[in-house]
Amino acid sequence: MASRTQTISLTVDGVRYTDDVEPRLLLVQYLREVLGKTGTVVGCDTTNCGACTVLVDGRGIKSCTMLAVEADGHEVTTIEGLSANGELHPLQRAFNTCHALQCGFCTPGMIMQSASLLADNPDPSEEEVRHGLEGNLCRCTGYQNIVAAVRQAAAETAGHASSPASGSEATQ
Amino acid sequence: MIPSQFEFRAPTTVDEAVELLSNGMDVKVLAGGQSLLPVLKLRMADPEMVVSLTKVDALRGVRRDGDQLVIGAMTTHAEVATDPLIAAHAGLVGKVAGTIADPQVRNRGTIGGAVVHADPAGDMGGALLASDAQMTIAGPTGTRTVPAAEFFVDFFTTAVDEDELLTEIRLPVFDGWGADYQKFTRVAQQWSIVAAGAMVRTSGDQIAEARVVLTNMDSVPRRATAVEQALAGVPVTEEAVASACAAAAEGTNPTSDLNGDAEYRRHLATVLTRRAVLAAAGHRGT
Repeated sequence: MASRTQTISLTVDGVRYTDDVEPRLLLVQYLREVLGKTGTVVGCDTTNCGACTVLVDGRGIKSCTMLAVEADGHEVTTIEGLSANGELHPLQRAFNTCHALQCGFCTPGMIMQSASLLADNPDPSEEEVRHGLEGNLCRCTGYQNIVAAVRQAAAETAGHASSPASGSEATQ
Repeated sequence: MIPSQFEFRAPTTVDEAVELLSNGMDVKVLAGGQSLLPVLKLRMADPEMVVSLTKVDALRGVRRDGDQLVIGAMTTHAEVATDPLIAAHAGLVGKVAGTIADPQVRNRGTIGGAVVHADPAGDMGGALLASDAQMTIAGPTGTRTVPAAEFFVDFFTTAVDEDELLTEIRLPVFDGWGADYQKFTRVAQQWSIVAAGAMVRTSGDQIAEARVVLTNMDSVPRRATAVEQALAGVPVTEEAVASACAAAAEGTNPTSDLNGDAEYRRHLATVLTRRAVLAAAGHRGT
């Protein structure tokens, strides 16, 4: 049976792409093999481990369990699109300073899901972080430092967000 | 793992989608894909065509229609779990949605996809059963409505025929009821080994009315009607509720597998039902 290619048009890490893809192509394959964005990794390939997590329209999803054609018209953010102006994202920095990784394979997914969590809940408790990362498996760390890193990034982001706000208040 | 080849269609209306289901090909409907894609990747299914509902905007969202809430079939679990209308008027449905799988799966998986997939360990079926949900099904000759009690037919089998689509779920408003869902899993994101859901309306310090449902205690979600009857008029104390919930597993038909044998599941059903009823009744226990 013929599997005609379909044209998809989507934004990945701020850049617009239009490509012809086979309908059965998974989003994670599209990111890695068509766009060359190998920062997003395939772990279990069975929707369990969360290593392939990317943001679609700002929300964490498992890119091994979404077809590339389903991303047509949507906005995808990968670990490669998180930093801005050559500076690490607060989560990337916190994972580094808290030593929140050992082998590092789960890290792209951990960071992307943490970004999704912090977008919904900018100041999560330890328990909320643990629940928010239920779909991400780490086989090295025991999670302690990952949870600490997410909370440190949240605190840092809150600090940054409040200073411009209080500054603008002062000028009003 | 890569699915085998298929043709792909992404219609924008329910009518177009329904038409594609009767085209003579072996068609699978793709909602959020959190069960279908693993099935396709494992090649347990090999459809000639996949019809995606992702562009049918009319199937998304929650609205109030008179004394009913209407949930579009393509509303994600994450949206159901955080919707203020559902939290206010259909508490059990919202609580259950927040326990399904993990956050990423809830961001993609949909309420309609989950209940039409009808895994016996799926969480949402019981909540719809307890809520007297009405399921709207569109087919080639128009739409029909099936109560949740008749929707779940058997393992992975519902009242939705091959040429039909579940389009929306209608829930009567339950105001003033407490709700709780107790789910037993070995690891956080696992399917329920057993789960129990309860909706309770109290009057003073007594249970006036209760609805109790069990997940994964049979091929379909089950209401524990004997427990519901035993709970009416019972004081909200651990002892009285435990006694009323003792028969929770009566008439069920749980499976035995590596997660637990049937006897263990019956035990879990009793314990989880008691906990769910006490929590739904607002009991601040030990």
